[in-house]
Amino acid sequence: MAQPRDFGFGEEQQMLKDASRKFMEDKQPLVTLRKQIAGSEDPYLGKERTGGFDQAAWKEMVQLGWSALAVPEKDGGAGMDLVTAVAVMEEIGRSAMPTPLTSTLHATFVLREAGTVEASAWLRKIAQGKSATLAIFGADGSLGSDSTDVAADEQGLTGTSYFIQDLQKADFLVVAAVNADGVGLYCIETEGEGVTREFDRIVDLTRDQGRVSFSAAEADCVAPANLGAQALHKAMPALLTLVAADIAGGCEWLLQTTAEYARIRTQFDRPIGFFQAVKHPIVNMMIATDETRSLVYNAACAYDTDPDDADRCARLAKSSASDTAEFCANRGTQLHGGIGFTWEADVQIYHKRQIHSQYLFGDGVWHRQKLAEQL
Amino acid sequence: MAESSKRGQESPEQAEFRAYCRAWLEENRPPPTRMPLPQAAYEVTADEHRSYLVDWQAKCYEAGLIATDVAKEYGGHGHTGFQQIASAEVRRAQVPYFINWIGLGMTAPTLLAHGTQAQKQTYLPPIFSGEDIWCQGFSEPGAGSDLVSLSTSAVKQGDNWLVNGSKVWTSLGALARWMLLLARTDKADKYNGITYFICPMDVAGVTVNPIHKMTGESGFNEVVLDNVIVPDHMRIDEVGAGWKVAMSTLTSERGAAQGVGAVASSESPMGTMEQLIALAKGTSRNGRSVWDDPVWRDRIMKLYERTEALMQSSRRAANRELNGGAMRIPLQGKLVGSEIGQAVHQCALAILGMASSLYVGDANSVADGKWTLGYMNTYTGTISGGSSEIQRNILGERVLGLPKTK
Repeated sequence: MAQPRDFGFGEEQQMLKDASRKFMEDKQPLVTLRKQIAGSEDPYLGKERTGGFDQAAWKEMVQLGWSALAVPEKDGGAGMDLVTAVAVMEEIGRSAMPTPLTSTLHATFVLREAGTVEASAWLRKIAQGKSATLAIFGADGSLGSDSTDVAADEQGLTGTSYFIQDLQKADFLVVAAVNADGVGLYCIETEGEGVTREFDRIVDLTRDQGRVSFSAAEADCVAPANLGAQALHKAMPALLTLVAADIAGGCEWLLQTTAEYARIRTQFDRPIGFFQAVKHPIVNMMIATDETRSLVYNAACAYDTDPDDADRCARLAKSSASDTAEFCANRGTQLHGGIGFTWEADVQIYHKRQIHSQYLFGDGVWHRQKLAEQL
Repeated sequence: MAESSKRGQESPEQAEFRAYCRAWLEENRPPPTRMPLPQAAYEVTADEHRSYLVDWQAKCYEAGLIATDVAKEYGGHGHTGFQQIASAEVRRAQVPYFINWIGLGMTAPTLLAHGTQAQKQTYLPPIFSGEDIWCQGFSEPGAGSDLVSLSTSAVKQGDNWLVNGSKVWTSLGALARWMLLLARTDKADKYNGITYFICPMDVAGVTVNPIHKMTGESGFNEVVLDNVIVPDHMRIDEVGAGWKVAMSTLTSERGAAQGVGAVASSESPMGTMEQLIALAKGTSRNGRSVWDDPVWRDRIMKLYERTEALMQSSRRAANRELNGGAMRIPLQGKLVGSEIGQAVHQCALAILGMASSLYVGDANSVADGKWTLGYMNTYTGTISGGSSEIQRNILGERVLGLPKTK
């Protein structure tokens, strides 16, 4: 199957990437984040974190059409493909911005794959500025379209969904639930009746996460029978690719920031980047980041144009990204020396975001195992 | 399995040319040699292999698979955007490599960028046909990674230069008619005191001594230059411009330019990877196939993942924005490719276990000892043309702006 030149990444994607980078830089998300979390540093004191985000920035992103960029045009969105979404996700990763955009994009691709009239109605809500997130994990957090601990029957949804990303930021949930004929998908407002939210205390400062218990909660079925499992299966390459793109952006930040530190920080009368024990690991960060990034663009392009190869390419992207996340976070902290493991240094924020992303939707070992089964 | 080489939006003309290449290579695949060919062009020494490979290259040149995008006045075929298709098809067809890989991969790009009109017209056509084999005289016993400290001297005498010194690690030195030579023309100026020459190999004062590598092969040579006369018209670019020109040549060696169709090995990285998976599937250990052991599987799949990344990076490098600056990906190519290749071979030896001890020529060896031989040959990749350590310096300094090691 022929794939487009440059992975389908053209002028339009470049303009959007440049615009989103500038937007994130202007918003200084880490300054806002630090204000919001001030005083909650000590984990033993048990102070609540708000899982807050820059509401004004989110409104602007909605107005710019970014939250609906992957919503089909017929549902009021921009109808862009995954390679375009990836361009924006990389910038979110680079800025480490807390935002509902990530989980809303994830929900968008799942609803797109559901392809029903009911799903369209919820996609239109995204186009109107609503945020969403996926509720698809069971208690063990393992990946798979049948791993949900929620059941659906005529009473509504019952059971608990775990590891829901950016739950505090989402207006509605896309829930995977077992029905009489398989796994379906159900949409429900996060503040609806029969919906109880509990928030996790997580190490990543840039996201929030939680669980939702449903008790006979009335939900809108957007993928009946086993169509939900099928939609999740088809959307999974997009989800893996989006997380991998987020990681690639964060790793690029870790690379550039560590290189800058090595150019400036002086020891033994020289910038430490002079020493090959510092210089070479930084180059290794670049090599790992570039391998991941190449696989991310390939995966996005495969999802957009070569569905038969999408699963393989996405698993390669996520497995590479997971290892790169760990490696770049590790070297980034280490090469910053003493300042590197303080709260004050931004490298810690990225480090913890990368730990979270590394395991989100399966790590390298998981995806390599799954991939090997196909070879 | 996807063939990434096929991915790319092609014009109807390009698609037609690809189909032509594929059909031609299928019809004209040469019969195997009596004695198996070495794994790569730089190991060739036997006459039988030389003449076989020169004939093969001439045939491919005539068919339009080499110098495809080079102007007709220099012996090329005058197309645009066809060479990478031809090269990809040559690799895909798993046909013999092109023996004149230094001529194609280094001399031709260098002359096209820096040569005079006469030099291009004289030297390029026999490079393409394989008639004139080239070798490279850069490294010296005292100048390896620190190439700029080279001391082979060239002294002007009338219209000629008198060259004295010695070069090492000279692949194809025993078969070559010409050498790309770096020589010092000014001892006082380290960087601007080097000049680039074309040095004839069949003249008085040139002695070629083979160097046996750890594999036992002797593609490498030491070349001693004793009062060798090089006419001034065989100088490339200005006196003192040699370092600048050499850097552009090394960029070709480091994977930035495959401009005229150099293919130095018949194996593609993904092809080798597939052989590794087949080896794991076919080798039993602890009562089951190696492939069915999750620990092994993860190690192999990590290599598979990096091999796919290598292929996708070369695709990405075509887009300046995605590349992250003009040279960021191309400068990684040789370093990453050679290190992955080495890790793949290490993995193969580990899968073979005790059978990895069986070497070329042993009747019980797997694939005639190719994994063990190939493993040792991967050090050619990680050491020559600027070792991995030097590559990391270059990347850190040129791409990331870190202070120079010097």
